[in-house]
Amino acid sequence: MADVLRHAWRLARKDLLIEFRSRTAILSAVVFTVLVLMVFNFGRDPTAVAAVDLAPSILWVTFTFAAMLALNRAFQLELENQALDGLLLAPIHRASIYLGKLVANLIFVAAVEGVGLPLFALFFNVPILPVLGPLVGVLALATVGFVAVGTLFSAMTARTRFAELLLPVLLLPFMIPPLIWAVLATAALLAGRPLSELAGWLRLLAAFDIVFVTLAFLLFPATVNE
Amino acid sequence: MKLLKTGRWITAVGLALLAGVYVRALAFTPVERFQGPAQKIFYVHVPAAWCAMLAMGLVGIGGILYLLLKDPRFDRFGEASAEVGTAFSMVMLTTGPIWAKPIWGTWWTWDARLTLTLFLFLLFLGYLLLRGAVTDPGLRARYSAVVGICGLVLLPFIHLSVYFFRTLHPEPIVLKPSAPSLPGPMLITLLFSFGVFTLLYVGFVVQRYALAELREQAEAAHA
Repeated sequence: MADVLRHAWRLARKDLLIEFRSRTAILSAVVFTVLVLMVFNFGRDPTAVAAVDLAPSILWVTFTFAAMLALNRAFQLELENQALDGLLLAPIHRASIYLGKLVANLIFVAAVEGVGLPLFALFFNVPILPVLGPLVGVLALATVGFVAVGTLFSAMTARTRFAELLLPVLLLPFMIPPLIWAVLATAALLAGRPLSELAGWLRLLAAFDIVFVTLAFLLFPATVNE
Repeated sequence: MKLLKTGRWITAVGLALLAGVYVRALAFTPVERFQGPAQKIFYVHVPAAWCAMLAMGLVGIGGILYLLLKDPRFDRFGEASAEVGTAFSMVMLTTGPIWAKPIWGTWWTWDARLTLTLFLFLLFLGYLLLRGAVTDPGLRARYSAVVGICGLVLLPFIHLSVYFFRTLHPEPIVLKPSAPSLPGPMLITLLFSFGVFTLLYVGFVVQRYALAELREQAEAAHA
Protein backbone atom coordinates (compact mmCIF):
# COMPACT_ATOMS: atom_id res chain seq x y z
CA MET A 1 0.00 0.00 0.00
CA ALA A 2 2.82 2.40 0.86
CA ASP A 3 4.28 1.70 -2.57
CA VAL A 4 0.97 2.44 -4.27
CA LEU A 5 0.76 5.81 -2.54
CA ARG A 6 4.41 6.63 -3.29
CA HIS A 7 4.00 5.79 -6.98
CA ALA A 8 0.74 7.69 -7.12
CA TRP A 9 2.40 10.78 -5.72
CA ARG A 10 5.27 10.44 -8.22
CA LEU A 11 2.77 10.29 -11.05
CA ALA A 12 0.77 13.25 -9.77
CA ARG A 13 3.99 15.20 -9.40
CA LYS A 14 4.95 14.42 -12.98
CA ASP A 15 1.57 15.62 -14.28
CA LEU A 16 1.67 18.78 -12.21
CA LEU A 17 5.23 19.48 -13.24
CA ILE A 18 4.29 19.22 -16.90
CA GLU A 19 1.43 21.57 -16.13
CA PHE A 20 3.58 23.99 -14.24
CA ARG A 21 6.24 24.13 -16.95
CA SER A 22 3.86 24.86 -19.82
CA ARG A 23 0.96 26.47 -17.93
CA THR A 24 -1.20 26.30 -21.05
CA ALA A 25 -3.99 24.17 -19.61
CA ILE A 26 -4.24 25.88 -16.25
CA LEU A 27 -4.22 29.33 -17.83
CA SER A 28 -6.87 28.32 -20.36
CA ALA A 29 -9.01 26.85 -17.62
CA VAL A 30 -8.73 29.99 -15.49
CA VAL A 31 -9.49 32.29 -18.42
CA PHE A 32 -12.38 30.04 -19.35
CA THR A 33 -13.76 30.30 -15.81
CA VAL A 34 -13.57 34.08 -15.89
CA LEU A 35 -15.32 34.14 -19.24
CA VAL A 36 -18.12 31.87 -18.09
CA LEU A 37 -18.66 34.07 -15.04
CA MET A 38 -18.87 37.08 -17.34
CA VAL A 39 -21.34 35.39 -19.64
CA PHE A 40 -23.57 34.73 -16.64
CA ASN A 41 -23.41 38.36 -15.71
CA PHE A 42 -24.83 39.35 -19.08
CA GLY A 43 -27.35 36.53 -19.02
CA ARG A 44 -29.34 37.90 -16.09
CA ASP A 45 -31.44 40.97 -15.59
CA PRO A 46 -29.96 42.59 -12.45
CA THR A 47 -33.15 44.52 -11.74
CA ALA A 48 -35.34 41.41 -11.81
CA VAL A 49 -33.20 38.66 -10.25
CA ALA A 50 -31.02 39.27 -7.23
CA ALA A 51 -27.44 38.01 -7.58
CA VAL A 52 -27.70 35.93 -4.40
CA ASP A 53 -30.61 33.95 -5.83
CA LEU A 54 -28.60 32.97 -8.86
CA ALA A 55 -25.21 32.78 -7.21
CA PRO A 56 -25.15 29.05 -6.27
CA SER A 57 -26.12 28.00 -9.78
CA ILE A 58 -23.60 30.35 -11.38
CA LEU A 59 -20.82 29.07 -9.16
CA TRP A 60 -21.52 25.41 -9.80
CA VAL A 61 -22.21 25.60 -13.51
CA THR A 62 -18.92 27.47 -13.93
CA PHE A 63 -16.96 24.92 -11.92
CA THR A 64 -18.62 22.03 -13.73
CA PHE A 65 -17.47 23.33 -17.09
CA ALA A 66 -14.01 24.09 -15.79
CA ALA A 67 -13.67 20.60 -14.29
CA MET A 68 -14.73 19.09 -17.58
CA LEU A 69 -11.90 20.91 -19.36
CA ALA A 70 -9.41 19.72 -16.78
CA LEU A 71 -10.57 16.12 -16.99
CA ASN A 72 -10.38 15.98 -20.75
CA ARG A 73 -6.76 16.97 -20.50
CA ALA A 74 -5.69 14.33 -17.96
CA PHE A 75 -5.31 11.35 -20.26
CA GLN A 76 -4.94 13.27 -23.49
CA LEU A 77 -1.52 14.12 -22.13
CA GLU A 78 -0.58 10.44 -22.10
CA LEU A 79 -1.65 9.83 -25.69
CA GLU A 80 1.21 11.80 -27.21
CA ASN A 81 4.15 9.55 -28.08
CA GLN A 82 2.28 6.58 -26.56
CA ALA A 83 3.19 7.79 -23.09
CA LEU A 84 0.33 5.73 -21.68
CA ASP A 85 1.96 2.50 -22.89
CA GLY A 86 5.12 3.51 -21.09
CA LEU A 87 3.12 4.18 -17.96
CA LEU A 88 1.44 0.79 -18.18
CA LEU A 89 4.78 -0.95 -18.72
CA ALA A 90 6.20 0.65 -15.60
CA PRO A 91 6.42 -1.80 -12.68
CA ILE A 92 3.73 -0.05 -10.66
CA HIS A 93 0.25 -1.06 -9.63
CA ARG A 94 -2.57 0.09 -11.90
CA ALA A 95 -4.37 1.57 -8.92
CA SER A 96 -1.50 3.97 -8.32
CA ILE A 97 -1.94 5.30 -11.87
CA TYR A 98 -5.55 6.08 -11.01
CA LEU A 99 -4.69 7.65 -7.68
CA GLY A 100 -1.95 9.74 -9.25
CA LYS A 101 -4.23 11.03 -11.94
CA LEU A 102 -6.95 11.68 -9.38
CA VAL A 103 -4.63 13.72 -7.17
CA ALA A 104 -3.26 15.70 -10.12
CA ASN A 105 -6.77 16.41 -11.37
CA LEU A 106 -7.93 17.44 -7.92
CA ILE A 107 -5.07 19.87 -7.51
CA PHE A 108 -5.69 21.24 -10.97
CA VAL A 109 -9.42 21.74 -10.41
CA ALA A 110 -8.80 23.13 -6.91
CA ALA A 111 -6.42 25.70 -8.40
CA VAL A 112 -9.07 26.77 -10.90
CA GLU A 113 -11.70 26.95 -8.17
CA GLY A 114 -9.30 28.91 -5.99
CA VAL A 115 -9.12 31.61 -8.64
CA GLY A 116 -12.80 31.32 -9.56
CA LEU A 117 -14.25 31.70 -6.08
CA PRO A 118 -12.88 35.17 -5.24
CA LEU A 119 -13.75 36.40 -8.72
CA PHE A 120 -17.25 35.06 -8.28
CA ALA A 121 -17.59 36.91 -4.98
CA LEU A 122 -16.24 40.06 -6.63
CA PHE A 123 -18.35 39.98 -9.80
CA PHE A 124 -21.64 39.11 -8.15
CA ASN A 125 -21.08 40.92 -4.90
CA VAL A 126 -21.68 37.80 -2.85
CA PRO A 127 -20.44 37.95 0.75
CA ILE A 128 -18.55 34.66 0.97
CA LEU A 129 -16.13 35.59 3.72
CA PRO A 130 -18.44 34.86 6.70
CA VAL A 131 -19.14 31.34 5.37
CA LEU A 132 -15.78 30.70 3.74
CA GLY A 133 -14.91 27.64 5.85
CA PRO A 134 -18.10 25.64 5.25
CA LEU A 135 -18.22 26.79 1.62
CA VAL A 136 -14.74 25.44 0.98
CA GLY A 137 -15.87 22.19 2.63
CA VAL A 138 -18.84 21.88 0.28
CA LEU A 139 -16.59 22.70 -2.68
CA ALA A 140 -14.07 20.06 -1.64
CA LEU A 141 -16.66 17.33 -1.09
CA ALA A 142 -18.43 17.92 -4.39
CA THR A 143 -15.19 18.28 -6.34
CA VAL A 144 -13.77 15.01 -5.03
CA GLY A 145 -16.96 13.21 -6.08
CA PHE A 146 -17.08 14.29 -9.66
CA VAL A 147 -13.36 14.34 -10.27
CA ALA A 148 -13.23 10.71 -9.06
CA VAL A 149 -15.79 9.60 -11.64
CA GLY A 150 -14.41 11.96 -14.25
CA THR A 151 -10.86 10.62 -13.94
CA LEU A 152 -12.15 7.09 -14.48
CA PHE A 153 -14.26 8.07 -17.49
CA SER A 154 -11.61 10.25 -19.09
CA ALA A 155 -9.24 7.26 -19.07
CA MET A 156 -11.75 5.58 -21.35
CA THR A 157 -12.97 8.44 -23.50
CA ALA A 158 -9.44 9.70 -24.23
CA ARG A 159 -8.90 6.65 -26.39
CA THR A 160 -12.15 6.95 -28.35
CA ARG A 161 -13.23 9.12 -31.21
CA PHE A 162 -15.00 12.36 -30.14
CA ALA A 163 -13.34 12.29 -26.71
CA GLU A 164 -14.13 15.95 -25.94
CA LEU A 165 -17.80 15.36 -26.61
CA LEU A 166 -18.18 11.91 -25.16
CA LEU A 167 -16.78 12.75 -21.71
CA PRO A 168 -19.43 15.38 -20.86
CA VAL A 169 -22.21 13.15 -22.20
CA LEU A 170 -21.10 10.24 -20.03
CA LEU A 171 -20.05 12.25 -17.01
CA LEU A 172 -22.89 14.77 -16.58
CA PRO A 173 -25.46 12.24 -15.35
CA PHE A 174 -22.93 11.33 -12.67
CA MET A 175 -22.04 14.93 -11.89
CA ILE A 176 -25.57 16.17 -11.50
CA PRO A 177 -26.53 14.42 -8.23
CA PRO A 178 -23.54 15.84 -6.27
CA LEU A 179 -24.09 19.11 -8.11
CA ILE A 180 -27.71 19.32 -6.94
CA TRP A 181 -26.68 18.69 -3.34
CA ALA A 182 -23.82 21.16 -3.58
CA VAL A 183 -26.05 23.87 -5.06
CA LEU A 184 -28.60 23.38 -2.30
CA ALA A 185 -25.91 23.43 0.39
CA THR A 186 -24.34 26.56 -1.12
CA ALA A 187 -27.71 28.28 -1.32
CA ALA A 188 -28.38 27.50 2.34
CA LEU A 189 -24.92 28.80 3.29
CA LEU A 190 -25.25 32.05 1.35
CA ALA A 191 -28.70 32.61 2.79
CA GLY A 192 -27.16 32.44 6.26
CA ARG A 193 -28.94 29.25 7.33
CA PRO A 194 -27.51 27.38 10.33
CA LEU A 195 -24.95 24.69 9.56
CA SER A 196 -27.16 21.93 10.96
CA GLU A 197 -29.45 22.39 7.97
CA LEU A 198 -26.59 21.42 5.70
CA ALA A 199 -25.80 18.16 7.43
CA GLY A 200 -28.04 16.09 5.17
CA TRP A 201 -26.49 17.39 1.95
CA LEU A 202 -22.96 17.05 3.29
CA ARG A 203 -23.62 13.48 4.34
CA LEU A 204 -24.95 12.65 0.87
CA LEU A 205 -21.91 14.27 -0.72
CA ALA A 206 -19.55 12.38 1.55
CA ALA A 207 -21.31 9.08 0.84
CA PHE A 208 -21.09 9.77 -2.89
CA ASP A 209 -17.35 10.50 -2.57
CA ILE A 210 -16.60 7.35 -0.61
CA VAL A 211 -18.62 5.08 -2.89
CA PHE A 212 -17.36 6.47 -6.18
CA VAL A 213 -13.71 6.88 -5.21
CA THR A 214 -13.70 3.23 -4.11
CA LEU A 215 -15.58 2.07 -7.18
CA ALA A 216 -13.38 4.01 -9.59
CA PHE A 217 -10.29 2.71 -7.79
CA LEU A 218 -11.51 -0.86 -8.28
CA LEU A 219 -12.71 -0.41 -11.86
CA PHE A 220 -9.78 1.57 -13.20
CA PRO A 221 -7.55 -1.43 -14.00
CA ALA A 222 -10.30 -2.72 -16.30
CA THR A 223 -10.02 0.42 -18.42
CA VAL A 224 -6.29 0.21 -19.09
CA ASN A 225 -5.39 -3.51 -19.02
CA GLU A 226 -4.69 -5.03 -22.40
CA MET B 1 -30.90 -18.50 -35.56
CA LYS B 2 -32.71 -20.69 -33.07
CA LEU B 3 -32.31 -18.01 -30.44
CA LEU B 4 -33.72 -15.36 -32.77
CA LYS B 5 -36.78 -17.52 -33.39
CA THR B 6 -37.28 -18.10 -29.67
CA GLY B 7 -37.05 -14.35 -29.09
CA ARG B 8 -39.61 -13.71 -31.82
CA TRP B 9 -42.01 -16.18 -30.26
CA ILE B 10 -41.66 -14.70 -26.80
CA THR B 11 -42.24 -11.21 -28.23
CA ALA B 12 -45.25 -12.39 -30.23
CA VAL B 13 -46.82 -13.92 -27.13
CA GLY B 14 -45.96 -10.75 -25.18
CA LEU B 15 -47.58 -8.50 -27.80
CA ALA B 16 -50.72 -10.64 -27.87
CA LEU B 17 -50.91 -10.45 -24.09
CA LEU B 18 -50.30 -6.67 -24.29
CA ALA B 19 -53.51 -6.42 -26.31
CA GLY B 20 -55.10 -8.33 -23.42
CA VAL B 21 -53.72 -5.74 -20.97
CA TYR B 22 -55.30 -2.94 -23.00
CA VAL B 23 -58.66 -4.70 -23.16
CA ARG B 24 -58.62 -5.48 -19.48
CA ALA B 25 -57.43 -2.00 -18.46
CA LEU B 26 -59.96 -0.17 -20.65
CA ALA B 27 -63.04 -2.36 -20.37
CA PHE B 28 -62.77 -4.52 -17.27
CA THR B 29 -61.06 -2.29 -14.70
CA PRO B 30 -63.08 0.34 -12.83
CA VAL B 31 -62.44 4.01 -13.58
CA GLU B 32 -60.57 5.79 -10.80
CA ARG B 33 -62.83 8.22 -8.97
CA PHE B 34 -60.61 11.32 -8.85
CA GLN B 35 -58.50 11.04 -11.97
CA GLY B 36 -61.06 9.57 -14.34
CA PRO B 37 -59.94 7.83 -17.53
CA ALA B 38 -56.51 9.52 -17.43
CA GLN B 39 -55.50 7.08 -14.72
CA LYS B 40 -55.63 4.19 -17.24
CA ILE B 41 -52.20 5.17 -18.59
CA PHE B 42 -50.83 4.03 -15.25
CA TYR B 43 -51.09 0.40 -16.44
CA VAL B 44 -48.55 1.18 -19.17
CA HIS B 45 -46.44 3.82 -17.45
CA VAL B 46 -45.55 1.96 -14.26
CA PRO B 47 -44.61 -1.37 -15.89
CA ALA B 48 -42.51 0.50 -18.49
CA ALA B 49 -40.69 2.28 -15.67
CA TRP B 50 -40.13 -1.05 -13.96
CA CYS B 51 -38.63 -2.53 -17.14
CA ALA B 52 -36.34 0.47 -17.65
CA MET B 53 -34.98 0.10 -14.10
CA LEU B 54 -34.67 -3.65 -14.51
CA ALA B 55 -32.74 -3.11 -17.74
CA MET B 56 -30.28 -0.68 -16.10
CA GLY B 57 -29.79 -3.01 -13.15
CA LEU B 58 -29.09 -5.94 -15.43
CA VAL B 59 -26.70 -3.89 -17.58
CA GLY B 60 -24.73 -3.25 -14.39
CA ILE B 61 -24.83 -6.88 -13.27
CA GLY B 62 -23.86 -7.99 -16.77
CA GLY B 63 -20.92 -5.59 -16.53
CA ILE B 64 -19.76 -7.06 -13.22
CA LEU B 65 -20.00 -10.60 -14.61
CA TYR B 66 -18.15 -9.58 -17.75
CA LEU B 67 -15.26 -8.09 -15.81
CA LEU B 68 -15.07 -11.17 -13.60
CA LEU B 69 -15.47 -13.89 -16.23
CA LYS B 70 -14.45 -12.12 -19.49
CA ASP B 71 -17.23 -13.96 -21.29
CA PRO B 72 -18.37 -11.97 -24.39
CA ARG B 73 -21.92 -13.24 -23.87
CA PHE B 74 -22.37 -10.88 -20.92
CA ASP B 75 -21.24 -7.98 -23.06
CA ARG B 76 -23.75 -8.87 -25.76
CA PHE B 77 -26.40 -9.14 -23.08
CA GLY B 78 -25.48 -5.70 -21.71
CA GLU B 79 -25.75 -4.16 -25.17
CA ALA B 80 -29.14 -5.81 -25.73
CA SER B 81 -30.47 -4.85 -22.32
CA ALA B 82 -29.35 -1.23 -22.70
CA GLU B 83 -31.06 -0.85 -26.07
CA VAL B 84 -34.28 -2.40 -24.82
CA GLY B 85 -34.08 -0.27 -21.67
CA THR B 86 -33.77 2.86 -23.81
CA ALA B 87 -37.00 1.90 -25.57
CA PHE B 88 -38.82 1.29 -22.29
CA SER B 89 -37.60 4.54 -20.79
CA MET B 90 -38.91 6.30 -23.91
CA VAL B 91 -42.31 4.74 -23.23
CA MET B 92 -42.10 5.86 -19.62
CA LEU B 93 -41.02 9.39 -20.55
CA THR B 94 -43.80 9.82 -23.12
CA THR B 95 -46.67 8.32 -21.12
CA GLY B 96 -45.73 10.31 -17.99
CA PRO B 97 -46.30 13.80 -19.45
CA ILE B 98 -49.48 12.64 -21.21
CA TRP B 99 -50.84 11.77 -17.77
CA ALA B 100 -49.33 14.79 -16.05
CA LYS B 101 -50.91 17.37 -18.35
CA PRO B 102 -54.54 16.73 -17.31
CA ILE B 103 -53.72 15.78 -13.71
CA TRP B 104 -50.96 18.21 -12.71
CA GLY B 105 -51.72 20.78 -15.39
CA THR B 106 -48.17 20.69 -16.72
CA TRP B 107 -46.25 18.39 -19.04
CA TRP B 108 -43.08 18.39 -17.02
CA THR B 109 -41.82 19.54 -13.66
CA TRP B 110 -38.34 19.22 -12.20
CA ASP B 111 -39.64 16.81 -9.69
CA ALA B 112 -37.05 14.45 -8.18
CA ARG B 113 -38.58 11.33 -9.61
CA LEU B 114 -39.06 12.79 -13.07
CA THR B 115 -35.47 13.91 -13.02
CA LEU B 116 -34.41 10.40 -12.05
CA THR B 117 -36.13 8.86 -15.03
CA LEU B 118 -34.57 11.41 -17.33
CA PHE B 119 -31.17 10.50 -15.87
CA LEU B 120 -31.85 6.86 -16.51
CA PHE B 121 -32.61 7.62 -20.15
CA LEU B 122 -29.45 9.74 -20.50
CA LEU B 123 -27.40 7.00 -18.85
CA PHE B 124 -28.61 4.53 -21.44
CA LEU B 125 -27.82 6.98 -24.22
CA GLY B 126 -24.33 7.62 -22.86
CA TYR B 127 -23.71 3.90 -22.61
CA LEU B 128 -24.81 3.31 -26.19
CA LEU B 129 -22.85 6.31 -27.48
CA LEU B 130 -19.72 5.00 -25.81
CA ARG B 131 -20.25 1.63 -27.46
CA GLY B 132 -20.54 3.39 -30.80
CA ALA B 133 -17.31 5.32 -30.27
CA VAL B 134 -15.05 2.34 -29.51
CA THR B 135 -14.19 0.07 -32.42
CA ASP B 136 -12.12 -2.63 -30.72
CA PRO B 137 -14.57 -5.28 -29.36
CA GLY B 138 -12.53 -6.18 -26.26
CA LEU B 139 -12.00 -2.56 -25.30
CA ARG B 140 -15.64 -1.77 -26.00
CA ALA B 141 -16.80 -4.59 -23.75
CA ARG B 142 -14.58 -3.47 -20.85
CA TYR B 143 -15.49 0.20 -21.20
CA SER B 144 -19.19 -0.47 -21.34
CA ALA B 145 -18.96 -2.82 -18.36
CA VAL B 146 -17.33 -0.02 -16.35
CA VAL B 147 -20.01 2.52 -17.30
CA GLY B 148 -22.77 -0.03 -16.67
CA ILE B 149 -21.49 -0.75 -13.17
CA CYS B 150 -21.20 2.97 -12.38
CA GLY B 151 -24.79 3.41 -13.59
CA LEU B 152 -25.97 0.62 -11.34
CA VAL B 153 -24.27 2.26 -8.35
CA LEU B 154 -25.64 5.70 -9.27
CA LEU B 155 -29.28 4.54 -9.20
CA PRO B 156 -29.61 4.33 -5.39
CA PHE B 157 -28.07 7.79 -5.07
CA ILE B 158 -30.67 9.29 -7.34
CA HIS B 159 -33.31 7.43 -5.36
CA LEU B 160 -31.92 8.83 -2.13
CA SER B 161 -32.29 12.38 -3.33
CA VAL B 162 -35.99 11.65 -3.91
CA TYR B 163 -36.50 11.50 -0.16
CA PHE B 164 -34.97 14.92 0.34
CA PHE B 165 -37.25 16.72 -2.06
CA ARG B 166 -40.93 17.42 -1.92
CA THR B 167 -42.30 15.38 -4.76
CA LEU B 168 -45.42 15.72 -6.86
CA HIS B 169 -45.15 12.19 -8.14
CA PRO B 170 -47.61 9.71 -6.61
CA GLU B 171 -46.09 7.63 -3.85
CA PRO B 172 -45.37 3.96 -4.50
CA ILE B 173 -48.58 2.00 -4.01
CA VAL B 174 -47.52 -1.57 -4.70
CA LEU B 175 -43.82 -1.99 -3.96
CA LYS B 176 -43.80 -0.53 -0.47
CA PRO B 177 -43.37 -1.96 3.03
CA SER B 178 -47.10 -2.06 3.89
CA ALA B 179 -49.73 -3.95 1.88
CA PRO B 180 -50.64 -2.62 -1.61
CA SER B 181 -53.27 0.10 -1.32
CA LEU B 182 -54.88 -0.56 -4.66
CA PRO B 183 -58.38 -2.04 -5.07
CA GLY B 184 -58.39 -5.69 -6.18
CA PRO B 185 -59.35 -5.38 -9.87
CA MET B 186 -56.87 -2.54 -10.42
CA LEU B 187 -54.10 -4.47 -8.68
CA ILE B 188 -54.74 -7.53 -10.83
CA THR B 189 -54.61 -5.45 -14.02
CA LEU B 190 -51.40 -3.81 -12.87
CA LEU B 191 -49.73 -7.09 -11.93
CA PHE B 192 -50.84 -8.63 -15.23
CA SER B 193 -49.31 -5.67 -17.03
CA PHE B 194 -46.08 -6.03 -15.04
CA GLY B 195 -45.85 -9.65 -16.14
CA VAL B 196 -46.52 -8.82 -19.78
CA PHE B 197 -43.99 -6.01 -19.87
CA THR B 198 -41.35 -8.21 -18.26
CA LEU B 199 -42.09 -10.88 -20.87
CA LEU B 200 -41.73 -8.27 -23.61
CA TYR B 201 -38.41 -7.19 -22.10
CA VAL B 202 -37.20 -10.80 -22.22
CA GLY B 203 -38.45 -11.23 -25.79
CA PHE B 204 -36.76 -8.05 -27.03
CA VAL B 205 -33.50 -8.80 -25.24
CA VAL B 206 -33.32 -12.34 -26.60
CA GLN B 207 -33.87 -11.04 -30.14
CA ARG B 208 -31.34 -8.24 -29.74
CA TYR B 209 -28.83 -10.67 -28.24
CA ALA B 210 -29.26 -13.04 -31.20
CA LEU B 211 -28.75 -10.11 -33.57
CA ALA B 212 -25.52 -9.12 -31.84
CA GLU B 213 -24.34 -12.71 -32.19
CA LEU B 214 -25.20 -12.76 -35.90
CA ARG B 215 -23.42 -9.48 -36.44
CA GLU B 216 -20.30 -10.78 -34.77
CA GLN B 217 -20.38 -13.90 -36.95
CA ALA B 218 -20.78 -11.76 -40.05
CA GLU B 219 -17.86 -9.55 -39.00
CA ALA B 220 -15.71 -12.60 -38.30
CA ALA B 221 -16.59 -14.02 -41.74
CA HIS B 222 -15.50 -10.75 -43.40
CA ALA B 223 -12.24 -10.49 -41.55
